[in-house]
Amino acid sequence: MPQASLFRQITDFANRADPYPLYEELRKTPVLHEEDGPYVISSYYDIEALLHDPRISSDATNVAAAGDDELSGPEATGLPPSFIRLDPPEHDRLRRIANSSFGPPHRPRRIENMRGELGEIVTGLIDGFGDARQIDLVDEFAYPFPVTVICRLLGVPREDEPRFRAWVDPIVAGLDPDTRTSAESERTAQEARLQLGMYLNGLVEQRAREPRDDMLSDLVNSRGPDGAMTTMEVLSTSVLLLIAGHETTVNLITNGMLTLLRHPEVLARLRNDPGLSVRIVEELLRYEPPVQIVPQRTCIADIELRGVTIPKGSRIWLMLAAGNRDPERFKDPERFDPDREDIQHLGFGSGIHSCFGAPLARLEAQIALSELARRLENPRLVEDPPPYRQNAVLRGPRHLNIAFDGLR
Amino acid sequence: MAADYMDWLRREGRIVIVGASLAGLRAAETLRAEGFAGELTLIGDEPYEPYDRPPLSKSVLLGMASPHRTELPHRLDIDAKWRLGVPATGLDLTAKRVKLADGDEVQYDRLLIATGVRARPWPKEDEARLTGVCVLRTRDDAADLYQRLKAGPRRVFVIGAGFAGSEIASACREMGIPVTVAERAGAPLVGALGGVIGAVAADLQTEHGVDLRTHVTVTSLEGDSVGRVRAVHLSDESVVEADVVVVSLGSQRNTEWLTGSGLGAGPRGIACDAGCRAFDFRGIVTDDVFVAGDVARSPHALFGYQFLSLEHWGNAVAQAETAAHNMICRGADRRPHLWMPAFWSSMFGVNIKSVGVPPMGDQLMITQGSPAERRFVGVYGYQGRVIAAVSFDNTRWLEFYARQIERGAPFPVEYPTVDRRPENRQPVAADFPDPSLPTHGPTVTLSGYSPADQQLVFHPARH
Ligand SMILES: Cc1cc2nc3c(=O)[nH]c(=O)nc-3n(C[C@H](O)[C@H](O)[C@H](O)COP(=O)(O)OP(=O)(O)OC[C@H]3O[C@@H](n4cnc5c(N)ncnc54)[C@H](O)[C@@H]3O)c2cc1C
Repeated sequence: MPQASLFRQITDFANRADPYPLYEELRKTPVLHEEDGPYVISSYYDIEALLHDPRISSDATNVAAAGDDELSGPEATGLPPSFIRLDPPEHDRLRRIANSSFGPPHRPRRIENMRGELGEIVTGLIDGFGDARQIDLVDEFAYPFPVTVICRLLGVPREDEPRFRAWVDPIVAGLDPDTRTSAESERTAQEARLQLGMYLNGLVEQRAREPRDDMLSDLVNSRGPDGAMTTMEVLSTSVLLLIAGHETTVNLITNGMLTLLRHPEVLARLRNDPGLSVRIVEELLRYEPPVQIVPQRTCIADIELRGVTIPKGSRIWLMLAAGNRDPERFKDPERFDPDREDIQHLGFGSGIHSCFGAPLARLEAQIALSELARRLENPRLVEDPPPYRQNAVLRGPRHLNIAFDGLR
Repeated sequence: MAADYMDWLRREGRIVIVGASLAGLRAAETLRAEGFAGELTLIGDEPYEPYDRPPLSKSVLLGMASPHRTELPHRLDIDAKWRLGVPATGLDLTAKRVKLADGDEVQYDRLLIATGVRARPWPKEDEARLTGVCVLRTRDDAADLYQRLKAGPRRVFVIGAGFAGSEIASACREMGIPVTVAERAGAPLVGALGGVIGAVAADLQTEHGVDLRTHVTVTSLEGDSVGRVRAVHLSDESVVEADVVVVSLGSQRNTEWLTGSGLGAGPRGIACDAGCRAFDFRGIVTDDVFVAGDVARSPHALFGYQFLSLEHWGNAVAQAETAAHNMICRGADRRPHLWMPAFWSSMFGVNIKSVGVPPMGDQLMITQGSPAERRFVGVYGYQGRVIAAVSFDNTRWLEFYARQIERGAPFPVEYPTVDRRPENRQPVAADFPDPSLPTHGPTVTLSGYSPADQQLVFHPARH
């Protein structure tokens, strides 16, 4: 039987639990192009360079034009693309408006001020394990925690979670390259996005009348130097923030706990020194990044890379997780080592699209992991590897069963 | 033999660093980090531990940071002898001794000179002594200027619209203080970025309420009966009343103490090779005297082997690290200092950053964004290649352009980019003033022979 192409193997669910040997193979051909597939880029320096390359577009329409599916311009979706799928200047404008209610310079302490609240949510969830001696970390902790946080931050009622989850799941599935090939799942995703937008519209209208101290109110009432977002822009931005605000953090926390359980000496250190969580989370973002691939890029000019000319109009996949373990960049890259001298990574991407929520994700993961380490007595993995989620882009365990002797 | 000496030097040699600021401290840290176990002495004429200067013209003036609180963080314990508050006054190259103002002498096996630059004072001494006439280079200068701004002056007058002068004007406006800026050239920042970008900076200033006067020079400062400055006279015969005058006319290199030493030191700095080894006055490279930071002048392969003086924070750090490394290793292990010049500034709410050497550029092309929106990237071309780039509120793209400079990519830029507007397709003259006119601000000084039109392939070091 002929060996499936490297590219197919990576998207193949069978390899989800440990794609790293495939990534290593991939780096031997740092600019890989198979048949009519995308150009797959896997070395740290190349990815870093392309993330800062103004000849690379994230615009949904360019990307769709380069793809082989009859995707989905903005009209087809009903909701305009969010800033993650736009190029400057629109990208910059929308991201700046969104940021003015999230981070510096306008709200420099918004995230840091949530520290106490995040701690309380974590404590509540861990207390909720009660007398159990085994939990599924995903369902009982790693999912509800960031969902609760993003709901509070945006101002979305937490009890609506079952409703919006029904829309979030197909949207996230639509990002998976395996299901993506089917026009059917694409349509489902776009439909779900519209539904989620309509749901949020109810909240947005209400915040326009009675603003509160939450991001939905800020987005709908923003009147900075960049002007205001249109209602549709508010909706696609909040859809983006709601989804990106938790789907990735679940994986960061779950991958994190999995990695710590596989490295008990680090877990033990963390138990005694919560401050170590800062380095641990950075190293995790390198070692097991929650977003493994950036598949939504096209080049708008011919680009020469390592002697290969990537023709204008080609689709490009940036393999963040492969770059993160590139021996050209990192000493001993396959080792999980929070004591590394310069922990750097592509875990949050880089360039103008670098993760908007990074400060929140970092803080959430730091608090979550240090509290789990502190409170779970003698925690251990029930199965290794755990079952994974389908998605190759947003990669992480679907369940993580952990046994322990009690709570501290 | 040589190897033995190097082992001995690393173990018990004496290294002296003159200039206890950014470059001095970073060099000291690098020496220790790379295993130098001998005696380390830092000599500084300021009474303070090394501190950071960029905040002095930014957050410090706004009261957001105390001038006494900008100490540079120590990255490791350097276990050094500190001789602070005492200037070095001379150097005996043969006897390997540094002379100090207090009469002491310090013996070295290796010497690093990192004495930086100082503010160019107002040339008429009696006028410069008027109360309210300031410069801004040191922590004391910043503390003094901050007090004066806080007192609510009726008007501040800034002489010179380089980066520092423009940043000071920006701080004044942010505090609601009326400010007049006088500039000999046609616009702010022209020396560093040329007339086209200068015009953008000029609009930025006037929009923020700066009373900007260009194509004028200050002819005299007028004091009142008790010796306070009260008015500024300009070459166009106008008179502006002001109670604070900030002289921001660029800098002078701190090399006088080396007069007669035989080192290749002068008003343009201390020339050194790409490995940071100082030249003597005959152009012969020394083996035990090294230079780093603002005071250094070294050839750069990417820019036609021009001798560049870079008054850039990042250069001081990188050059100090290279110098320190080279001071304690064998010839074959030495590294060249081939740092990509990069400079940042912030004023009137805009973040300005440049890479490469803009003043070498003869043409300029806006490749992304739009100057009208104060958000753009401009690329400088020199004889058909990309030589520099500048961004206003668009920092994240600069890495790309830095790589284009390293590769000697062709100019004008032909390919499309995201955020390229139709109105910006044409290269125009970058419009730098005649290089014989004085320019100022922490920027780049081009000096030395430039073999024109080098075609070269540059392989930057990756760490
Ligand atoms: C107000 C201000 C704002 C700035 N903003 C920016 C910015 O935004 N971006 C940027 O890239 N750069 C900026 N710079 C430039 C940056 O600070 C310098 O490039 C950097 O400080 C250079 O470091 P250095 O160690 O070479 O020299 P310095 O920091 O000048 O240090 C030299 C030291 O040597 C001492 N010295 C001099 N002569 C003697 C002697 N004979 N004996 C003993 N000691 C002596 C000096 O007093 C001084 O302490 C700014 C500078 C200033 C003043």
